[in-house]
Amino acid sequence: MPTLEKGLVILHNRLARDFYEIELVAPLIASSCKPGQFVHVKVGGTMDPLLRRPLSIYDVDKKLGSITLLYKVVGRGTELLTRVGVKENIDIMGPLGRGFSLADNQHVLLVGGGVGIAPLVYLARAAKEKGCQVTVLYGAEKRGELVAFERLRKLEVDLMVATRDGSAGHKGLVADLLHPKFLPPKIDFIYTCGPEPMMALVKKYAEENGIPGEVSLEEHMACGVGACLGCARKLKPDDEYYVKVCKDGPVFRMDEMVL
Amino acid sequence: MQSSFNKAGVKEDVDISVDLGGLKLKNPVVVASGTFGYGLEYEDFLDISAIGAVIVKGTTLEPRSGNPSPRIAETPAGMLNAIGLENPGVDVFLKEYLPRLRDKGVTVIVNIAGNTVEEYARMAAKIEGNEGVAAIELNISCPNVKKGGLQFGTHPDTVKEVVEAVKKETSLPVLPKLSPNVTDVVEIAKAAQAGGADALSMINTLLGMAIDIKKKKPVLANIFGGLSGPAIKPVALRMIYQVYKEVDLPILGGGGIMSSEDAVEFILAGASAVSIGTGNFVNPRLALEVVEGIRNYLQEENIRSVRELTGMAVIK
Repeated sequence: MPTLEKGLVILHNRLARDFYEIELVAPLIASSCKPGQFVHVKVGGTMDPLLRRPLSIYDVDKKLGSITLLYKVVGRGTELLTRVGVKENIDIMGPLGRGFSLADNQHVLLVGGGVGIAPLVYLARAAKEKGCQVTVLYGAEKRGELVAFERLRKLEVDLMVATRDGSAGHKGLVADLLHPKFLPPKIDFIYTCGPEPMMALVKKYAEENGIPGEVSLEEHMACGVGACLGCARKLKPDDEYYVKVCKDGPVFRMDEMVL
Repeated sequence: MQSSFNKAGVKEDVDISVDLGGLKLKNPVVVASGTFGYGLEYEDFLDISAIGAVIVKGTTLEPRSGNPSPRIAETPAGMLNAIGLENPGVDVFLKEYLPRLRDKGVTVIVNIAGNTVEEYARMAAKIEGNEGVAAIELNISCPNVKKGGLQFGTHPDTVKEVVEAVKKETSLPVLPKLSPNVTDVVEIAKAAQAGGADALSMINTLLGMAIDIKKKKPVLANIFGGLSGPAIKPVALRMIYQVYKEVDLPILGGGGIMSSEDAVEFILAGASAVSIGTGNFVNPRLALEVVEGIRNYLQEENIRSVRELTGMAVIK
């Protein structure tokens, strides 16, 4: 059940230029969250910037009652967040939104780009626990920005990486790895999160191969709970109504949308 | 500072109930339309029946899908919104949402917006007789829809006409929500009074915009949007002060309230009750924290009733 919790910061690391991970003890959120859900984070104690920042849950330690968030500095809000120290508290709302669906013993493919890898790491952990065969395709600009690499490696998933500059793995787009010669013969479900052009290529591959899948979208939000109707989006151009990314998503079925 | 202790040394309770032209509230804090959905969205975070009242999302005669995205933009100490009155329509509200709110004991104020005077009247007629509605707030100041909204709220004649038409159809207290996007808010308030308004709700958002310098385009798809949040608090306070001095109607006041201290400022400026809007997004429990803060303030200041506080800072 969503709640408001003071998260005690127990770890806050800079992983690369502009990439940070922050671990918070927040037992109520940690015990009830699911992969693909997000928390709404109050950054700083001032009124400017005013609104909370939605960040997807990157990893969870249910035993410790902690959640970890991965974020990239993109503006003043995330910049303020970098200044929070260990032992300080952060005001967080969550878990919010509709997460990924996940069945037992499936062959699943996860495709993440940039900071979009965040919800897929938690998903990979949950999928392993459910006895799934997990393959992860992970793309970044360069080697140093493959910030989730170690965490994924420890989860013992089948991991392939791509970098734009070729400093690690395949040189080019992560979507280039969507090819039978790189992938396991059987895939039951595909999940993706990252830049929308990347997700569009993943969705195209899934459709061409008749594989169902889900995407996780990003949108500016105010309330995070479906009240303000600010994060509206039409899933298909001809849809009459807008979905709310915060409440109806952020995870949507590939077949219900156009990217 | 002196606390009000009785002889037994126990803090005496203060009276925080208010009456705005027949709208009786157990406490003087409501949540503003459009910032709290139908209340149900926030149930996980607080007891919504403990709030003075929930003013539900602006309701129209027919369903509306709202404006294209982006609908919101963060601005210094505030935000812009151009939602465009997305809502399922008054019939769905009365059938689907109102019974649930009534069962939960929520004090409900329905905010209605029409394209024409007749639409306002028809909605008021539909609402009349439905158990569980405490009052009607007239949205005559929405800056984000092409027809209706702001055009009604900026002309004294149409304000009077809309209020009169609604009053004919309802036995409920009627609170027109005034726009700050006018030269003389007192003139509009007087027109609302002449039309038979029971109280005034003020203020709605200030028309504004933001520009993306990389894309060289307005941020909002609607180009303009309504500015809210702490950035507008001084404007709201000034307008409430002016209206309180000149017009003899209770005021539901709000605009950027982020704390009980802010709320007390509004009451001292002339508000009988306050509305929390954008602050709900930052702190979903703010409304109830403000209730407690007002109670504590009254005890510390040795004031028995919040009603004594209204307009105390106004210099006659």
